Amino acid sequence: MRKFVVAAALALPLLAPAADKAGPGDFGPPRGAPVHAVLTSPPNVPPPITRDYPARVIVELEVQEKEMPISEGVSYTFWTFGGTTPGSFIRVRQGDTVEFHLKNSPDSKMPHNIDLHGVTGPGGGAASSFTAPGHESKFTFKALNEGIYVYHCATAPVGMHIANGMYGLILVEPPKGLPKVDHEYYVMQGDFYTAGKYREKGRQAFDMEKAIDERPTYVLFNGAEGSLTGDRALKANVNETVRLFVGNGGPNLVSSFHVIGAIFDEVRFEGGTNAQKNVQTTLIPAGGAAIATFRTRVPGSYVMVDHSIFRAFNKGALAILKVDGAEDKTIYSGKELDSVYLGDRAGPNLNAVATATASAERGTLSLEEQIKAGEALFSGTCSVCHQANGAGLPGVFPPLAKSDFLAADVKRAQGIVLHGLSGKVTVNGSDYNSVMPPMTQLNDDEVANILTYVLNSWGNPGGRVLADEVRKRRAEAAPVAAAAH
Amino acid sequence: MHPRRLAAALGLALSGLAQAADYASLPGGRFDSALPQGDAPDAVVTVGVAPFALRRTPVTVAEYARFVETHPEWRRGAVPALLADARYLVGWRGPLEPPPGAAARPVVDVSWFAARAFCESEGARLPTWLEWEYAAAADETRTDARADPAWRRRILGWYERPGSAALPDVGGPPDVHGVSDLHGVVWEWVEDFNALFISGDSRTQGDPDRARFCGAGAIGLLDRENYAVLMRVAFLSSLGAADTAGTLGFRCARAQPGVSP
Repeated sequence: MRKFVVAAALALPLLAPAADKAGPGDFGPPRGAPVHAVLTSPPNVPPPITRDYPARVIVELEVQEKEMPISEGVSYTFWTFGGTTPGSFIRVRQGDTVEFHLKNSPDSKMPHNIDLHGVTGPGGGAASSFTAPGHESKFTFKALNEGIYVYHCATAPVGMHIANGMYGLILVEPPKGLPKVDHEYYVMQGDFYTAGKYREKGRQAFDMEKAIDERPTYVLFNGAEGSLTGDRALKANVNETVRLFVGNGGPNLVSSFHVIGAIFDEVRFEGGTNAQKNVQTTLIPAGGAAIATFRTRVPGSYVMVDHSIFRAFNKGALAILKVDGAEDKTIYSGKELDSVYLGDRAGPNLNAVATATASAERGTLSLEEQIKAGEALFSGTCSVCHQANGAGLPGVFPPLAKSDFLAADVKRAQGIVLHGLSGKVTVNGSDYNSVMPPMTQLNDDEVANILTYVLNSWGNPGGRVLADEVRKRRAEAAPVAAAAH
Repeated sequence: MHPRRLAAALGLALSGLAQAADYASLPGGRFDSALPQGDAPDAVVTVGVAPFALRRTPVTVAEYARFVETHPEWRRGAVPALLADARYLVGWRGPLEPPPGAAARPVVDVSWFAARAFCESEGARLPTWLEWEYAAAADETRTDARADPAWRRRILGWYERPGSAALPDVGGPPDVHGVSDLHGVVWEWVEDFNALFISGDSRTQGDPDRARFCGAGAIGLLDRENYAVLMRVAFLSSLGAADTAGTLGFRCARAQPGVSP
């Protein structure tokens, strides 16, 4: 095969320079009748291109300046490509000749233009598309490089035009298309700078100073808080493939794009040709984009965030993908255990412990005080496994309530708390074979109080453990508990 | 005859044509433009603005209607496409029928050629960019309020409102010169709009090749903070002389009596 190629090249020396001149991605002049590009509003993506030849594709995009909600009860004057932020999604095939018509609505105040990152040529089309209100510009380019590209307005002041929402995505599909998926969605992040505070009601003006200082009021997916949540959440079923075209218009911030609870099977990072597999969070530069693909496995709501996380919870960078379908408990169980975990010292009321400690120092510690202190400590340390009612979990954590194992040997119980227990034990007729770690963080007083509480609760025989006993136990070697039983 | 009297007589004669337009006198003086005025594109060169007179308000629909009555060549349908695009007076019901209720609003959807012809008809001309910028630097109490963020915010407030809303009547609060509506109502044609070379791609202003194409009038913006002005320049530079827009009107200027224009 290789030899054949060499031979062919030698045999056709006159054709080679022509092919070189055309270069990669240039499949020659457009063929067939001109095609009008299907444009879609976010979060929708135009259908895949089934054509197998390069065509002349006509794109007609209208710039509209319009007031729209940016958050509940907050409106903002967006400058848009096609009436939405981000602008209409454009889909062409590599090698297509794109005839671009940029129309500026007669109602516009401003002149606008467009710089498409998918264009090879100075300014990406900007200088050729500078358009006054009520006018139209046309320029033509050949889509030489495949990939996902940002487009944006580049009219002075550029930052303000972008901050007002003038950006979108253009997909240049490879000649054979992208692998088939069940859903394709269009999500684009942008940062916004309003004169008022986050969620301050009413009409909000653009704030140039905040924009220059890069202090956004809002960081949003698809131009408004709530644009992709609730009824407008993205949707999929379990065991489907989802492809997200994720762009970042900026103007300032870089996005750490993450879907909580999902792992991207594949990311074409920076919109390029290389794919990274098994990605948790992908970085999307301002003026950049990525294609993230994953398979849904478990139903539920998947929250998309900029993992620069204050932006998600305090500036609006939240979107939802809602996955419907049957649970698969082998992949994700749902909640198996719901119990209080207070941490070692984080009990809601450790007054009882403090009282017991003070009494112990004075030598006046009563049984009552020990039980009270023990109860507080038990709920912070022991109840996670043995449960607040001492019942344990069948087959996993042995019960302490009416425990024959405890009643049989209280000294042994002290040793277990201090040194831990590993291996099989039989409690109330059931076998338990797991590990309890040594509770070395507890001091002698605390161990004594906990055991005293346990002995005096849940039908146990009662009794009292004193700190001195525990101190002696601690000095002894770990007991061979299982063997002794 | 004393030149002033001559001018007064001339003014009276003209008023018969297009009712007496009200002009304010502006003293002119030393002025720092936001656009480069010298040979070096990145140095502020203070220039002199000669005294001139400027219409107190933009030309209204009623005034323009009287103009097309007496100048049939400027009626919609009669104007060659070379001098005004297809949107020329697009909101009018007929060539002599302005939209109802719009009499006191600024006339819009007029080309640069049309605006010039109107001003000529009242013995005036369009202001230069420098004159316009100098006049627009004022607020109610100062001749140059540009350093005040409030001045800038007021301008930007207008930029941010979409152009689809009905225009207000002319005659807002006058500034220190007695001129109204320079900001917040419409864009306005200037005589030399075509020399405002801002690239359609605003990011190439630093291109060293620039001077080769644009010559002495080439612009970079000297005070990038003053983007409120930049946006007006950007708007004007997006236009051709036959273009019209629904937010674009004009007002006229003329030399002060006794001062050569």
